[in-house]
Amino acid sequence: MPTKIKVENVYKIFGRDPKKGIKFIEEGLSKKEIMEKHKLAVGVSNASFELQQGELLVIMGLSGSGKSTLLRCVNRLIEPTAGKVYVDGEDVLDYSSEELRKMRMKKFGMVFQRFGLLPHRTVQGNTEFGLEIQGMTPAERTKKAREALELVGLKGWEDSYPEQLSGGMQQRVGLARALAVDPDILLMDEAFSALDPLIRGEMQEELLALQSRVHKTILFITHDLDEALKLGDRIIIMKDGAIVQEGTPEEILTQPATRYVEKFVEEVDRSKVLTAATVMHKASAVTYPKDGPRAALHKMREVGISSIMVVDADRKLLGMVHAEEAKKLIDEEDRDLDKILVKDVPRVHPDTNLNELFNFEHFPVAVVDEDGMLKGLVVRGALLAALSEERRHSA
Amino acid sequence: MNAAFPEIPIGESVEAAIDYLTLHFAFVTRAISHFLDTGIDALVDGMLFLPPWALILILAGLAWWLGNRRVAIGTVLGFLLIWNMDLWHPTVSTIALVLISTLIAVLIGLPIGILAAIFSPVNRITMPVLDFMQTMPAFVYLIPAIPFFGLGPVSAIFSTVIFAMPPAIRLTALGIQQVPKELVEAADAFGANRMQKLVKLQIPLATPTIMAGINQTIMLALSMVVIAAMIGAKGLGGEVWRAIQRLEPGKGFEAGLGVVIVAMVLDRITQKLGARRKAAE
Repeated sequence: MPTKIKVENVYKIFGRDPKKGIKFIEEGLSKKEIMEKHKLAVGVSNASFELQQGELLVIMGLSGSGKSTLLRCVNRLIEPTAGKVYVDGEDVLDYSSEELRKMRMKKFGMVFQRFGLLPHRTVQGNTEFGLEIQGMTPAERTKKAREALELVGLKGWEDSYPEQLSGGMQQRVGLARALAVDPDILLMDEAFSALDPLIRGEMQEELLALQSRVHKTILFITHDLDEALKLGDRIIIMKDGAIVQEGTPEEILTQPATRYVEKFVEEVDRSKVLTAATVMHKASAVTYPKDGPRAALHKMREVGISSIMVVDADRKLLGMVHAEEAKKLIDEEDRDLDKILVKDVPRVHPDTNLNELFNFEHFPVAVVDEDGMLKGLVVRGALLAALSEERRHSA
Repeated sequence: MNAAFPEIPIGESVEAAIDYLTLHFAFVTRAISHFLDTGIDALVDGMLFLPPWALILILAGLAWWLGNRRVAIGTVLGFLLIWNMDLWHPTVSTIALVLISTLIAVLIGLPIGILAAIFSPVNRITMPVLDFMQTMPAFVYLIPAIPFFGLGPVSAIFSTVIFAMPPAIRLTALGIQQVPKELVEAADAFGANRMQKLVKLQIPLATPTIMAGINQTIMLALSMVVIAAMIGAKGLGGEVWRAIQRLEPGKGFEAGLGVVIVAMVLDRITQKLGARRKAAE
């Protein structure tokens, strides 16, 4: 996957003579000290990250952590004080204002916390906004906007005005407006933070579903660790303008890099009271040794999985077969599932603590009781979702 | 004045400047004067060509369309009273002067307001000038108008435009500056250029405020057109002026009442204009 965005040692300091601020940071002064002694506000301090094509990267931090400033440095809505920003390998900070405008027009779609919709325009008119800026003909514009609205589930609302819609629907319009221009990159600035929790969860699900279809490169800002864990392929955690940890959701949860991240994770970490049994799914499909590879493959297709557990007549776990292997077996006109059976399936007891589940590298993990009976499966997504859910209920 | 502190020749300088302008640019001001005179005459003649009842019906229709039924009924009753007081001709010429002055003030004021909103240097220069224009007593503008344009309605329009323009500029600038930052940022994020931002975002959102500015400009124009009777503008102000000179309180009151009626009608119609735009959005 090619690198889409590369940010190198970016600083943003607000105030008179901002370059001086970099020196103070390098001298080891804290953000607070620099503010008090030198009247300079550190927005972003020496931030570097990369974003691969098709990846969803979440930048997470509390308000004032510089996450929104860092996001705006990428499309230069805020001019970095120092550092480099590359988009598709080109140095964005070298662009003339005209080149910059072209890049924003063609490569970026942006979604805002307070939606940023035009109150004097209908849903359709709002969705066409970016296309209009590009100078597209009205007929094309109408068509593309309708497609985008359909994608976000707003078909039939074209003629409504933003103020007639609920917050969730308004943000769908914001998303449609960004998608209509068919950008490579979506910048989402606290896109779901203004929505109530129920709608927020719904929008998160839909964003993931949408992403699995359109495969955009997404940079998502949030102050909510649950949201970050749910959405992010990778997560960056920021504090006082600096990046304190970067990693996959599992890494953030299991190996917090600093005390700061640890404190965040502790809040989420209700996993100590959660066990494998509480997060497992019932194995919706299992297969038996007497079933041939054809039957196994058919069952996998039916429920949309790429591997299936093999049990005996008493539901004792024998192993697992993968779809590709089953296919090979069929091609070789062999019927013996035993040949492709993976016996050392990762397995845990139903009472296993959730923390331990993070130690597994491969999912699904089989949940098996004392007698070796298959009770259910734990998939990676469910594990993270369960953590988020648990936190919400206890909050 | 003490000899050690000689008087600063402010008055002399202004006079010298005006003399200079009159001497060297008289052909420009005369041309403008001629052009405007023709325009005013055409407009007044056009409005007087119709019988009063027809014009009243047209105005009432306009009031109904832009305002509501109550405004329309008020318009009819008010103008019937004016007709009855035998002030029809001066009222029409006053309305014509107000319309032309407002048109010129808006044509000049709107672009300045937009520039002031977008470029802060323009804003820094414009705002003190506007303060100056608004606090200088209105009569003072009448004096330089005469050497430039001669006695008559064109001088009246000149001083009226200067007096009535500030709210159009101020409220245009204010309306555009008040467009939420996030919306401007959204337009930037989609790569809008300055013109696109202005046309697609800032002006539409500023329209109610700009309309309020135009409403104020109309009201100020009316008050100045009445004062400008002193330099030969005819109309209702001229009637008041004549009543003063002849000590006829009754006539003066009638003409004054005519001004009040015109003011109320123009105000209600243009106020509704801003509200209507808002409702349509």
